[in-house]
Amino acid sequence: MRRLFVILALLTFGLLTFALYEGMVAAPTEQTMGEVQRIFYYHVPSAVTAFTLFLINFVVSIIYLARRSPRVDALAVSTAEVGVVFCTVVLVTGPLWARPVWGIWWTWDARLTSTLLLWLIYVSYLILRRYSTSGQTPVIAAVLAVFGFLDVPFVYLANRLFRTQHPQPVYFGGPGSGADPRMTFALLMNMAAFFAFAALVVWLRFRLERARQDFEETQALEALLQPDVRSPR
Amino acid sequence: MSLAEITRVSLAKDLRLEWRSKDAINSMLFFALLVVVIFSFSFDPTAEESRHIAGGLIWVAFLFAAVVALNQTWARELRNQVLDAYRVSPAPANALFISKAVGNFIFVAVLETLMAPLFMVFYNLRSIGPAYELVVVAILATWALVANGTFFAAMSIRTRSREVMLPLILFPISIPALLAMVSATTAILTGEGSARFWVVLLAVYDVVFTTVCLLLFETVLHAE
Repeated sequence: MRRLFVILALLTFGLLTFALYEGMVAAPTEQTMGEVQRIFYYHVPSAVTAFTLFLINFVVSIIYLARRSPRVDALAVSTAEVGVVFCTVVLVTGPLWARPVWGIWWTWDARLTSTLLLWLIYVSYLILRRYSTSGQTPVIAAVLAVFGFLDVPFVYLANRLFRTQHPQPVYFGGPGSGADPRMTFALLMNMAAFFAFAALVVWLRFRLERARQDFEETQALEALLQPDVRSPR
Repeated sequence: MSLAEITRVSLAKDLRLEWRSKDAINSMLFFALLVVVIFSFSFDPTAEESRHIAGGLIWVAFLFAAVVALNQTWARELRNQVLDAYRVSPAPANALFISKAVGNFIFVAVLETLMAPLFMVFYNLRSIGPAYELVVVAILATWALVANGTFFAAMSIRTRSREVMLPLILFPISIPALLAMVSATTAILTGEGSARFWVVLLAVYDVVFTTVCLLLFETVLHAE
């Protein structure tokens, strides 16, 4: 297990390095925006990764409510935490890109607001987990995850009426969409690298959570076996 | 007993408790009053301007005030292990949820009825659009707040510092509903544009989240 992790970590590191080179050096400079546009290779992959993690969190939360398996809950915590980190990257790189290109840091348009709301919902999810006192934290958290995910379409709809400043998807966006093949390649490489990196961190976090669950279980068992001892610690 | 009967009995008990103690309504009323006064100091609205911001002020005040009542919903049942008794009783969990949500709906509706004239006076409001639509918006919006609020209050009693916890989990989920109720109210007050889209959005929000609440409440009630 440990060896596999090291190998995967090295592979991910290599992929990230290669993707960095592709995005920063190999991809051509964009015509109107110039070098600033290169932040695209981080902004979009982070967003896709974060949304994917939140989607996984939603799915495993439902599975948890049906099965009540601690393994599934460990996956739910890991994806939510790592998802919040990637979502934070999106929310930081977005304004950094918007300032030179749009002239403003932030605007309340559909995509920006939805992303911010998603971030808020999952932060509240993490806070709830942290503050919960009962042994049923996973159940309550899973329920909140379901609510949070169902909220997303409403957020998007509610913002739909506002004018949008965020560009339409560059790919599959009808006529005039698409980009230089070198750019596409750099984007895909970064996407792959970010996914690999996220998967690696989620795995690490998952193992940590499993270890914590085991520890708590052992502690509870010890407390049961030694009723005279006040605290097993 | 049927679900309707249990709901009715539980609701009657809550209403009687509230009628005799007036805990929730008094604290909500005073809280909302304070918010109105503080807002009027921090914005200094003129009559024309106030029409544009009043929708936001009204609903933020009601949202904050509702949290005061929502926090008391389940705290009352923790004393003397009433909630544990509910858990072991064969009564359906949803009867409890519906009675609590309807109870909160009534409390917040009373608050809104009492506060609305005050808003009209303090902010010199006069609806330009059709005023009866405001009632529809108020009903849908209040339900959106209290259904989720009652549900989340049941979750937050399982946490440390639960009074703080409720707004932390309720507000993010309620933001789209809040946006819809504020936009609808502003559209009606200013007479600019139609509130139809927002009313429909609110109605769909109510239906979706009430359904989820009913599906998951039993899980939350038994999570101990």
